[in-house]
Amino acid sequence: MIKTDVVIVGAGPTGLFCAHQLGIIGLKCEIVDNLDKIGGQCIELYPDKPIYDIPAVPECTGEELTNNLIEQIKPFKFNFHLNDRVQELTSKNEDWIVKTTNGKEFHTPNVVIAGGVGSFEPRKFPTKSAEKFDGTSVLYSIKDKTIFKDKSVAIFGGGDSALDWAIELSKNSKVSLIHRRDEFRGAPASIQKIKDLSKKNIINLFTKYSIKDVMGNGSLKEVEIKSESGESKILKADYVLGFFGLIMQLGPIAEWGLNLDKKVIPVNTENFETNKKGIFAIGDICTYPGKLKLILSGFHEGALAARGCFKYARPDEKYRFEFTTASNTIKDRLGVK
Amino acid sequence: MAKIIYIEHNGKEHIVEVQNGLTVMEGAVQNDIPGIDADCGGSMSCATCHVYVKEDWYDKLPKKEMGEDDMLDQAYEPNSNSRLSCQISVSDDLDGLTVHMPEKQV
Repeated sequence: MIKTDVVIVGAGPTGLFCAHQLGIIGLKCEIVDNLDKIGGQCIELYPDKPIYDIPAVPECTGEELTNNLIEQIKPFKFNFHLNDRVQELTSKNEDWIVKTTNGKEFHTPNVVIAGGVGSFEPRKFPTKSAEKFDGTSVLYSIKDKTIFKDKSVAIFGGGDSALDWAIELSKNSKVSLIHRRDEFRGAPASIQKIKDLSKKNIINLFTKYSIKDVMGNGSLKEVEIKSESGESKILKADYVLGFFGLIMQLGPIAEWGLNLDKKVIPVNTENFETNKKGIFAIGDICTYPGKLKLILSGFHEGALAARGCFKYARPDEKYRFEFTTASNTIKDRLGVK
Repeated sequence: MAKIIYIEHNGKEHIVEVQNGLTVMEGAVQNDIPGIDADCGGSMSCATCHVYVKEDWYDKLPKKEMGEDDMLDQAYEPNSNSRLSCQISVSDDLDGLTVHMPEKQV
């Protein structure tokens, strides 16, 4: 169990700047994110795309913005809990108890939801029959590649993950690579390698095909693929892998009783608190009259939500507004002279 | 201004007038038409505004730019009629455009 002043759900720009503001006013926080890295959509969706509307920064990429925000909160040494997702929220006395998928438990008076459009999760096969093999022989990520040794593996997708795994697994497994069109979107060298391996019959390449069905009693035996004209083929498969990128799912937050309206959470604009005391929502996930889904709006919301957290984290203290340019207390917290 | 016809997967039809310059995605979102999520807000970074356009209209639309097909690889059940509605800009020429929504976006 970890006791803290604030749990921030989501390590995108809004969550990161809120953490900065909490550090400035002397509160502790723990940050949870489902991705394996810090940065949210900025890092997952558009690390290389330039952003032109961050105040005083004429142009920066999603990755640069993330790196600067990480640098900015370094002095506070906050903990990140990556690859983990908030699962359950319950109240106990004056505190919230937050439980995560990996079994972590936080006790806190404040939860700041900075979850964007939801947590990133792999897009799964549309095929209903794939569900019963999900996690055993139908997989969307690879943890241990040795399980595929000498097996038949059908890989679906046309990006780098699909290509890289097809190349790697073809060393020890019988690999089929299936993609919905002729063009691939991976690195040119990988695409060339796939074509070479296909020519040598090391990889069975099926383009303009997609999944139709998976078959097997108990264990997976075959996968059926179909072309757009309706022609179908049956391939032997002990494992079926899908690499279709990530989608965003709101997940358990939807069950927290926050009066969700079309996947967003209504808040007040004084401190971005929701209908529940001590639960705040900031960034793309919150809504109020005039809401703009801009990063800069998320920064403003995070700054005010941080002050909102103060009164529950330090009920006996009075919050004092201070400037970073003038306050010695803040300079101490930042470790500057 | 163009009349755009959005047809949900269950067959329900929505006909709205969309201003020139807006995208087909924005036309749906601003008119509360269900079936188009547009999670990324139109930056061609997700695939949740995916629609199907039948041949008669598909060939009349401006061609896909680089990256749209890459994104469509990550859509729910894409096929050769698939487009991202955030990449279709509305003009008078598109009056009567009909788009069909997939069963779901995510």
